[in-house]
Amino acid sequence: MTRPPVRPPRKNPILRTRLPTLPPAARSRVALGLTAAAARGRFELQVCRDCGTVQYPPREACRACLSPRLDWRVQDGNGELVAETTLRHSHELFFRERMPWRLGLIKLDSGPLVVAHLHGDCGSPPARVRVRAHLDRAGQAALLALPDKDTPHMADDRELRELTCDPKFRKVLVTDAKTPLGQALVEGLAGAGADLVWAGAAEPWKKPPGFERVKALPQVAIVPLDLTDSRAVKELAGEIGGRVDILINNADHHRNFGIAARDGVETARAEMDINYFGLLRLAQEFAPAMRARGADGPSSAVAWVNVLSVFALSNFPPHGTYSASKAAALSLSQCLRAELAPAGVRVINVFPGPIDDEWNQTLPPPKIAPARLAADIVTALRGGAEDVFPGDVAQDWLERWRDNPKALERELAAMPKQ
Amino acid sequence: MTRSRAAYDDVVVAVPVTVPYVRYSIRGAHWFLAAALAALIKRAGLGKDQIDGLCVSSFTLAPDTAVGLTQHLGLTLRWLDHIPMGGACGIVALRRAARAVQSGDAEMVACIAGDTNHTHSFRLNLATFSQFARDAVYPYGAGGANASFAFLTAYYMRVYGATREDFGKLCVAQRANALQFPHALMKKPLTLDAYLNARLIADPLRLYDCVMPCAGAEAFLVLRRAAAEELGLPYARILATIERHNAFPDDPVQYRGGWALDRDELYAQAGVGPKDIDVLAAYDDYPVITLMQLEDLGFCDKGGGPDFVRRESFTAAGSFPLNTSGGQLSVGQAGAAGGFLGLVEIIRQVTRKPLGAAVDNARLGLASGFGMINYDRGLCSGAAILAADQ
Amino acid sequence: MSDTVLSRLLAELAGGRIRVVDLTQTLSSDFPQIVLPPEMGQAWPFRIEEASRYDARGPGWYWNNFSCSEHTGTHFDAPIHWISGRHLPDNSTDTIAVEKFVAPACVFDCSREAAADADFLLTVDFLRQWERRHGRIAAGSWVLMRTDWSKRTDPAAYQNIDETGQHTPGPDTDAVRFLIEERRVLGFGSEAIGTDAGQAFHLKPPYPCHYYMHGSGRFGLQCLTNLHLLPPVGSVIIAAPLKIKEGSGSPLRVLALVPQSLPAPGMSRATRKKSKTNGMRKRRR
Repeated sequence: MTRPPVRPPRKNPILRTRLPTLPPAARSRVALGLTAAAARGRFELQVCRDCGTVQYPPREACRACLSPRLDWRVQDGNGELVAETTLRHSHELFFRERMPWRLGLIKLDSGPLVVAHLHGDCGSPPARVRVRAHLDRAGQAALLALPDKDTPHMADDRELRELTCDPKFRKVLVTDAKTPLGQALVEGLAGAGADLVWAGAAEPWKKPPGFERVKALPQVAIVPLDLTDSRAVKELAGEIGGRVDILINNADHHRNFGIAARDGVETARAEMDINYFGLLRLAQEFAPAMRARGADGPSSAVAWVNVLSVFALSNFPPHGTYSASKAAALSLSQCLRAELAPAGVRVINVFPGPIDDEWNQTLPPPKIAPARLAADIVTALRGGAEDVFPGDVAQDWLERWRDNPKALERELAAMPKQ
Repeated sequence: MTRSRAAYDDVVVAVPVTVPYVRYSIRGAHWFLAAALAALIKRAGLGKDQIDGLCVSSFTLAPDTAVGLTQHLGLTLRWLDHIPMGGACGIVALRRAARAVQSGDAEMVACIAGDTNHTHSFRLNLATFSQFARDAVYPYGAGGANASFAFLTAYYMRVYGATREDFGKLCVAQRANALQFPHALMKKPLTLDAYLNARLIADPLRLYDCVMPCAGAEAFLVLRRAAAEELGLPYARILATIERHNAFPDDPVQYRGGWALDRDELYAQAGVGPKDIDVLAAYDDYPVITLMQLEDLGFCDKGGGPDFVRRESFTAAGSFPLNTSGGQLSVGQAGAAGGFLGLVEIIRQVTRKPLGAAVDNARLGLASGFGMINYDRGLCSGAAILAADQ
Repeated sequence: MSDTVLSRLLAELAGGRIRVVDLTQTLSSDFPQIVLPPEMGQAWPFRIEEASRYDARGPGWYWNNFSCSEHTGTHFDAPIHWISGRHLPDNSTDTIAVEKFVAPACVFDCSREAAADADFLLTVDFLRQWERRHGRIAAGSWVLMRTDWSKRTDPAAYQNIDETGQHTPGPDTDAVRFLIEERRVLGFGSEAIGTDAGQAFHLKPPYPCHYYMHGSGRFGLQCLTNLHLLPPVGSVIIAAPLKIKEGSGSPLRVLALVPQSLPAPGMSRATRKKSKTNGMRKRRR
C-alpha cells in the first residue's frame, strides 16, 4: 500500500539543483492520438469502424481487417495484469534517476495488450487493474495501471506523482486572489496541502468581500501583483520566482462588448493587457526559474495553469473582444508550453464556460460557480491532462467545436446577448 | 494438404567465420562486415569477384543498406539481399541464399552479419527500434529488451514453475562451453551462486540473464556441393529449414514461438526427429527463450522445459549439448551477428571443426533463431537442421 | 547679462532667495489612478516598458516607453475635460494661452479639517476667513487646497474607498462659484485624486468643481504634493501641460517659486534646505 505522505525535507542548499531530464518523447504521428486524448484526460484507443477490433499500439490500419478507418474511442481501461517487472536499470536518464520503476503487462478486456507504468498498490499478477492515460513529463501520453479499487494515499504513489502535478507540499502562486475564483483557488490549494500559496493582489485600495478571510489563512501570503505592470511582475519574480512550483494565472479582464457596442479600443486593450500581455509578462519573468527547477527534488516546479475561456476556441460575439484576448492567450500558452516542455513543466489550459460572476450576470444558466471551477483546477493538477473543460457548458461547446467548428461559429453568432 | 517443400538437394553451407568480438568499437559496421567478408573469401580461396551473391544483416549500417555495401566493398553482384530480422537473420539468410544457389540465380552467396557497438549506439538503437517500441515500450522505463524479457520470464516462471536455478543451470553450462571458445568475451567461470546473486536488472532478471551488447561479425558461404568439394572446403548439408513471423498473435504473453507451428514440417523435411539431433544451438539472448525453444522444437512438451533442464546436462560433453560456443550469453551479442552465432557454431560442429569444445560424433545439428521484439514479443522465428557430409 | 527682471530672478534663484518647490508626485506604476465604475471607460495607470538597457535591444543606451492617461499622476485638467467646457474657445491643452501656465497661487490650509473629516468640504465661509488673514484672493490666481492628503503614502489610504465610494476632501458648490464669479481665479488645485471631493457625485450639480471651473474656462491641478511648503500667498506656479492636440489634460511637472522671505507653514529648518518629493509608498507587506 502507498505510504501516507511525508513532507519532503528542506532542500540542501549546498547541493547542486538537479537539471530536468525527460522520459522519451518521440512518437509516431499516429500515436499522438493517444496524447491528444490524454491531454483532455481521456484514455482512448483506436477502434476499427468496420470490424470493431480495438488496436494497440496505435497504427495505420486495422490488425484484423486492414481497414484504415480507425476511430479514437474512449476505453474503460479495465484489464488483467498478466506480468510485472521492476526495472533496476534503464537506458534513459529520466528513469535512471528514478529507479526502481515498476512496469506491468496488461491484457485489456477489450483485447489489446499494453505495457504500462504500474501503480504500487496493484497486486501481483494475475490481478485486476484499471489502465489510464496521463501525460508524462515529456508531455506525451503514458499508460498507467491503477489498482481496480482506490486505496488510501493512492495519489502519493511515486510513479503516479511523476505523472501528476499534485499541489501537496508544493508552493503555488495565484495571480489574482481577489476575485471569487481567486479566493476559491487559494482556499482549495490550501485545502489540497499546498505548502504556501502566494495570493496576488492588484489595486490595494479595492477590498472585495471575502478577501480578508483568504488573507487570514495560515498558508497564504499576499503579494502585490498587477499583470499590467511589467516592473511589478519582474520585482515579484525576483522575490519568489525561484520557489514557485505551480503558477496559476487566473487574472482576467472581462467586459461584455463586441465591436459595434463599444467605441474605441480602451476596453479591448485593457482585456489584452491582462489576458494576453499579462500572460506574456508573467511568462517572461517566472518561466525561466521554473524551467531551471523541473527536477528540483520531490516538490519540483511542475505546472503552469492558465485560466482561459471556452470563448478562446470560437468567438462569442457579445463578448467579442474578450474572446479575442483569450484566443491570443491560448496561442501564447502553446508557445509557453513548448518553452517549458524541456523542463517537464506542464502547461494546463483551463477553458471554462461562462463563470457565474458579475461579468456574466445576464447570461442565462448554466454557468460554472467559481468554487466548482477552482475545485476542477485542483483536480486537474492531480490528474494527467493539459486541456481542461470544466462544467457542462464548456463540455457542450467543446463537443460542438470538435464536431464542426463552422457550425459552432454560426451558433454563437446567433446566440442572443441575454 | 499443403504441398511438400522441395529439398535443398546439393546446396551446402561452408566457411564459418567469426570476426572476434569487442565490447565497444570506434569502427563502423562496414568495418566488421568487410572483415567478415575478407576472412570468408580468404578461407574459401576465392577472389572477391567470384562472390556473385551477398546477403547482409546489420542494425548499425544506416544510412546504408546492403546496396551501399556493394559499392563500399567493391562488389559486383547478381544477387543481393538484406535481412533485417535480428536473431532470426542467420536462418533466414541461409534459406534465401540456398534457394538462390539451388535455382541458379547465384553461385557463391556470402552471408554476413555484423554490427559495431559505440558507447551510445545501443541506446539509440533501442529508442528507435520499431514504431511500436518507440510509441509503446521505450517510453515506459526505457529498459529495452530487458524489460520485455522480464515480463516473459516472470510469466513463464509463474505459469510453468520454472525457477531461477533452472535458468542458472543453462547459463552456467554455457559459460563452461564458452571458456573453451576463443572468441567469447566472458572469460571467467560462472557459478550458480554468482548467477543467483547477481545484481537485479529487471525483476526477475539479474545480470547474467542478459546478453552483453558488443561489436563483431559472423559469416558463412552458401554454394553447391560440387563447388565446395572443388575448393576443398568442409561443408554441411541443409536438411530442412523453417521460418515464421508474428506467430500466435493472440497469446496474451509470449509463452511459445513460431517453431511450435512449423516444427513438424521441419523434422518431416529433414526426415529426422528431435531425438536424432546431436547438438542444438538455441537462440539465447535470455535463458527463458532457450526453454521455450526446447519445448517448441519438440525436445520436451510445452511446460516441460524446467523438468528437461533439471534432467539433462548442457555442456558440449553433456547429455544434451547446447550452445557449445557459449551462446550469446557468454560470447556476447554483436547485434545482428547474434542471429548467426548459433548457425555458424552448428556448421563448425557438424563439419568437425569447432573452435572450442567439440561434441563427439556430431552428425546432426539444429540451429534456431528468434528475433525482433517489435512490441511485446519476438516476431521472427526460424530453425535449420544441418547434417555432416555423407 | 544686463540688469533685467529675468537676470534678477536668476540671481535670486542662484542665491537661494527664491526656492523652487516641486509639487509633483513621481510617475510610477504604484501611484493610484482614479477609480470609476468598471463598466465605464478607464484612465490608464502609469505603466512603463523597457525598450533597451545597454543590452541586445540597444547595446549603448537605456530607455523606456510609457503609457498613461491624460489624467494620471500629478496632472492638469483643461476646460474641454468637462462637458460644461466643451464649446469654449481655446479649451484644450494645445490651444490654452501659454501665459496662463505661469501664475500666482493662494494656498488654503485645510489640513486640520481634512484630518478630522475625510469628506471635508471647503466653504465660502472658510474662504472669507482665509481672506481676513491673508488678503483678497487675486484674480488669475491658482487656488490650491492643502489637505496633506499627499502625505498618505499608502495607496489604499490615499484612495480611501469604502462601499460608498471615495472619501476625499474638496470644495462645495458655493465655494466653487464664489472663486469663479467673485474672485475670477485661474483654476483649482488639489492634493487628492480629483479637484472635487470624493463624494461630490452627490452634490448639486455633481462634481461642481469640474462642472463650473471648466465650464468657465478654468483649469484643474490634481495629485499635487508639497503644498505644505508653500506660503498662503506669494508663490508663483509654473504648470504647463503637454501640448497634446485636443488634449483634455496632461501629466505635468508642477513647480512653485517661493520667496525665502515668505516661510510656509510646513517649512521647518530641516526641510528648508531641500524640499522633498513624496513618493507613493510601495504596495508591499
